[in-house]
Amino acid sequence: MTRWVIALLVLVLGRFRRRPRLDSEARIVPAGTPDRRAENVVLLLFACATLCAAASLFVYAWDAIPNQTQFLGLALGLAFAFVSAACIVIGRRLVVTEELEEDYGTTHPEEEEALDQLVAEGGDRFTRKRLLIVAGAGAGTAIGAALLAPVASLGPVFDVSSLYRTPWRRGVRLVDEAGRVFLADDVEEETFYTAYPEHADREQMGAPLVVVRFKPAELQLPEGRAMWAPDGIVAYSKICTHAGCAITLYRKPTFAPVEPKPALICPCHYSTFDATKGGEVLFGPAGRPLPQLPLAIDGSGELRAAGNFSGAVGPSWWGVRNHGPRS
Amino acid sequence: MRAALVLVVLGLACVPVAAADPPSPGVTHVKVPAGTPAVAWGAQLFGANCVTCHGPNGEGILAPVRGVGDQTGLGPSLVGVGARAADFYLRTGYMPLDDPYSQPHRSRVLFSQGELAALVAYVASLGPGPGVPSPHPERGNLADGQESFTEHCAGCHQIVAEGGYVTNAVAPPLNKASPVEIAEAVRTGPYLMPRFSEKQITDAELDSVIRYVIYTKHPDDRGGWALGHLGPVPEGLVTWFIGIVLLVATCMVIGRRFHA
Repeated sequence: MTRWVIALLVLVLGRFRRRPRLDSEARIVPAGTPDRRAENVVLLLFACATLCAAASLFVYAWDAIPNQTQFLGLALGLAFAFVSAACIVIGRRLVVTEELEEDYGTTHPEEEEALDQLVAEGGDRFTRKRLLIVAGAGAGTAIGAALLAPVASLGPVFDVSSLYRTPWRRGVRLVDEAGRVFLADDVEEETFYTAYPEHADREQMGAPLVVVRFKPAELQLPEGRAMWAPDGIVAYSKICTHAGCAITLYRKPTFAPVEPKPALICPCHYSTFDATKGGEVLFGPAGRPLPQLPLAIDGSGELRAAGNFSGAVGPSWWGVRNHGPRS
Repeated sequence: MRAALVLVVLGLACVPVAAADPPSPGVTHVKVPAGTPAVAWGAQLFGANCVTCHGPNGEGILAPVRGVGDQTGLGPSLVGVGARAADFYLRTGYMPLDDPYSQPHRSRVLFSQGELAALVAYVASLGPGPGVPSPHPERGNLADGQESFTEHCAGCHQIVAEGGYVTNAVAPPLNKASPVEIAEAVRTGPYLMPRFSEKQITDAELDSVIRYVIYTKHPDDRGGWALGHLGPVPEGLVTWFIGIVLLVATCMVIGRRFHA
C-alpha cells in the first residue's frame, strides 16, 4: 500500500526532483522490462475517467435529462472507479516492486538516500512518463471540475431579481391543497394551513404559503406591515430561509404562561420563526426572517394576496442580501 | 453541652422544613359513600388533587402562586374545556403534573376508572364544552389516512408516528395512543400541538387518520429490517458498515497478501 502511494508521488514529483543516485552506485531495485501494453491500459483508463468526469459535468448542467441524479452519481462513480483501476494497474504492472525486510522510516541520512533511490528506481520502467502524467493530471482536473461544479448553483450574486419572481401579486386568490378558495372565516386560530396561488404552478419556490391566524392584538408586525394581516390572518412563504425545506411544524401554546410562544418550525434543522413578529428568527440556523405575504380580504370574504413577498423567497443564496426589487 | 444545644437548634429548625416538604408523588384518593353523584365525587377529587394549579373552581391560576408545600400553583382555566380535554389529559396520565413548567407526558394513570369518570364529569360540569368523541376507525380508509397524516401530522409526529421534536418540546410517539385519545388530541391540541377543527379535518378524515395511526403500530415493512422506522440515518449507518467491509475486502484482494 505504502509503496503505491510512494509510486504515485514519484509520478507527480519525480519530474521536479534531481535524482540523488550516483552512477557508480549499485541499483537497489532490479531494472524491470518496460510494459507498453500496461501503459496503454493505464492511458485508456485515465482517458475513460476524464470522459466520465466530463460527462458528469454535462449531466449536472443539463436539467432536461431524466433521472438526472442517478446519472450524475453513475458518471462520477465511474470516474473514480476508472482512476482507481488505473492506480491498480500502475501498482501491479508498472512500478517495480522490491520486498524489503527492514522497516522504513529511519532518520539516517544514508538510508534516506537509499529510500529516495528506491523510489526513483521504482519508476524506471515507464517509457512514456510525461504522457502518463498528463493523462493522470487530466483525469484529476476533470474530476476536480466535476466536484466544484455545484458551486455555480449557489444562486445569483449580482442580479438577484430572479429570487423575487413569485406567482403572487395583488389580487391572486389563496387556494388549499384541493384547490378550494380560502375564506377568511374558515381560517381558525391555534392551527396552521398550507395555501397555494390560484391557477399557478405549485412547484415554484415562491408558490406555497403557510397561513396562521392570531388575535389582531397578539401581532407585533414590523413597521409598515400593519395592513398586511386582515383580521389577524398572516401568511408566510412555506420555504425555510436556511436550506429551503418546507415549514411543516407549528407549535402553539395551550397555556401561554408556561409554554413557548407560537412559532413556525422547519423540520430539517429546527429553524424557528415567530409568526406574530413578521417571521423573525427565534432559534436555529436561518439567517433571515421568513418572507411575509401581504393579505387582503375581498368583498366576498375570500383571501387574496395584496402584493408580493417582503423579501427573497427560498434558501439563502450568496447574493440574497443584495437588495432586489419589490413589486 | 454545646453539642446538645446545636442538636436542639437543628431539631427545631428541621420541624418546619419537614412540614414544608412537597407532597410525595401520587394522588389523593377520596372515599365517598356509594351512590354519591359522579360530579360531587369529582369535585372532592379535584379539591384534593388539582386546585393548587387550576384554582378552587377550575378557573385557573394565571400567575405563579406558592401553594401547599412550596408547590408552585400555575395552570389554565378548565371552564368550558369540556369532557374531551379532561378525558384526554387524565386517561393518558398527562395530569397530574409534578411541575407546571414541564411538558406533560404519558405516564401511569394513578386514578381508578371510577375516579377518572368522576373527575371528567366534574370538569365537564364547570361550563358547556365538547364531549368525549367517539371515532370509528373501521370506517376510515388507510390510504386517505396516510395522506391526511402526512399533510397534518407527520411534520412533528414522523411519518410512522415514531414521534419527534419541535423546538422546546417533544412530539410524542403515538404507539400507545388509543383511537379515542387520538381523536381527542386532534380536536383539543394538547400542549404545543395545533388544534384541528372539523373544518380542517372532517370526522370522516379523522377516522382515516386514526386507522392509519393504528396501522403504524405494526406497519407492513416491505423493506425487511425496519431499523426502528427512524429513516435514513440508521439505514445509512448500516449501509456504511456493509460498505466499509466491502472496501477493506477489495483492498485486500488488490494487495499482495493473497498472492504471496
